Amino acid sequence: MKNWLSPRSTAGIALITIALVALPFVVGMGGQAWVRILNFAILYVFLALGLNIVVGFAGLLDLGYIAFYAVGAYTWALLASPHFGLHFPIWAILPIGALMACVFGVLLGSPTLKLRGDYLAIVTLGFGEIVRIFLNNLNSPVNITNGPQGITLIDPVTIGSFKFAGTSQIFGFAVSGPQKYYFLLVALAILVIIINLRLQHSRIGRAWQAIREDEIAAKAVGINTRNIKLLAFAMGASFGGIAGGIFSAMQGFVSPESFSLIESIMVLAMVVLGGMGHIPGVILGAVLLTFLPEVLRYAVVPVQMSLFGKVLVDPESLRMLVFGLALVLVMRFKPAGLWPAPERSREQTQKACVAVTQTTAEAVK
Amino acid sequence: MSDVLLAANAVAKHFGGVKALRDVSLSIRRGEIYGLIGPNGAGKTTFFNCMTGLYIPDGGGFVFDGQPLKADAPHQAAERGIARTFQNIRLFGNMTALENVMVGRHVRTAAGVVGAMLQSKATRAEEAAIRQKAMELLHYVRIEDRADDLAKNLSYGDQRRLEIARALATEPKLLCLDEPAAGMNATETGELRALIEGIRQDGTTVLLIEHDVKLVMGLCDRVAVLDYGALVIEDVPAVVQKDQRVIEAYLGA
Repeated sequence: MKNWLSPRSTAGIALITIALVALPFVVGMGGQAWVRILNFAILYVFLALGLNIVVGFAGLLDLGYIAFYAVGAYTWALLASPHFGLHFPIWAILPIGALMACVFGVLLGSPTLKLRGDYLAIVTLGFGEIVRIFLNNLNSPVNITNGPQGITLIDPVTIGSFKFAGTSQIFGFAVSGPQKYYFLLVALAILVIIINLRLQHSRIGRAWQAIREDEIAAKAVGINTRNIKLLAFAMGASFGGIAGGIFSAMQGFVSPESFSLIESIMVLAMVVLGGMGHIPGVILGAVLLTFLPEVLRYAVVPVQMSLFGKVLVDPESLRMLVFGLALVLVMRFKPAGLWPAPERSREQTQKACVAVTQTTAEAVK
Repeated sequence: MSDVLLAANAVAKHFGGVKALRDVSLSIRRGEIYGLIGPNGAGKTTFFNCMTGLYIPDGGGFVFDGQPLKADAPHQAAERGIARTFQNIRLFGNMTALENVMVGRHVRTAAGVVGAMLQSKATRAEEAAIRQKAMELLHYVRIEDRADDLAKNLSYGDQRRLEIARALATEPKLLCLDEPAAGMNATETGELRALIEGIRQDGTTVLLIEHDVKLVMGLCDRVAVLDYGALVIEDVPAVVQKDQRVIEAYLGA
């Protein structure tokens, strides 16, 4: 801990702090839409870090991770909207959301304990879809989720009397809603990153990695693999649940559509492209994969107009094309991810990459 | 406290029609080095796997340290004090040598998720103790200078040593070594022998599966011979070496 206080790292921390504070205002000059995208990038950092516990640390390939995001989002939506007339405060809903997701994590985890690799991936994929389909259909006979219409008018985050929605004046500056959410998200993200780093270098973190490396040897040294795996599912899921809650409050609206299989795959791709099991890599992956499609969305039409005089490929399909190409290229040239942990093995990342490309291909069909 | 640390009572295991173990009964006394030999496929490793909970025996059972050993609970076997190495080395390849041994401390430590998140004083102290103990063990097996190397990048002999260090980290009463000298040259085998004797001197009982007859006969206090899944004899090396059945089955004329 002492080297944290060296002049160089102090300067580094100061620089990062200034950059993080200035970022939403700089980005905001290009329009509030970009601040929203920035917020989503941080939200995906949450999700990717949560999934990283399951996939990167414990080596359990999970393709249904978005289900926990959905559970968190709907927990917030149901507890803080006119749908049931409930308006819980944030300090109550966030823990409840995390806990709900955690319960679902154990629920998914327990039947899959004996499965590994591809088989686990298929079961988790099924689980993700089951949750989405349930949300889609739980509007009759008793209307719980309001079905495909989703839930609207969800309460925004409020801490005390401070509202995160709408523009307000802080120290004479006009700070917009998304910009306020940005600071909330950054604070939470820093917390999540610290928790992740601490878990990684703990007794539990080592047990996760031991299971990833060799489950039989892990058993032989006395690790209760069943409990430790469930713990990985539960921890990963609760991060997803918290992210879901914030998503719900930020958007003011949730519907089952936001939690499709492709979202699970996107989050997994963030983990794999960035560098499985390596926290800075995972963050990089999440930020890159959130901004890439948006940049394409804004750039593709003008570029094609100027080159061909008409739009040949629409941005949405080009996005999948570029995404697939990026996966293949990373698999070929950086098999351990863009920013891998120094000790990361190649084979495992490659395996996950293959699984992602295959399922993506299926999903696109 | 009984003199016997581990007693196997009529342990049987079959895979389909193959009888890998036929009612094997033997007893290992505290503080001895006990050898288990036999031709390939005689059931030595199967015996190991039954004992450490990786297989569920089809008949019979084990009594360890006065209490029956639960089948199908490998992590409990480790908790009770049985540690093992594997015939084909099973290390955590992408973790450093030090981390491998630190994982071995899992069963003797308690820090949970909350402790790790909050970095409480107790957790930090425990973490430091784990690191300290792991370094000591690496020093004990003489690979402390490889502490920060990935386990998979260690030489074959060092990997064997690391596996023993990891097993010792669980503070076992009984250390089971599955062919530790396989693939080693004469010098390495000599070093291994000194290491095993040292471990016994420190108070740990050792069960040794080995094909190197010279090593087994020179090192072990008592030897059991398995053939076709059945126990042929269990006695001191001098007697075993002269036994006609053993010579026919294993040693050769």
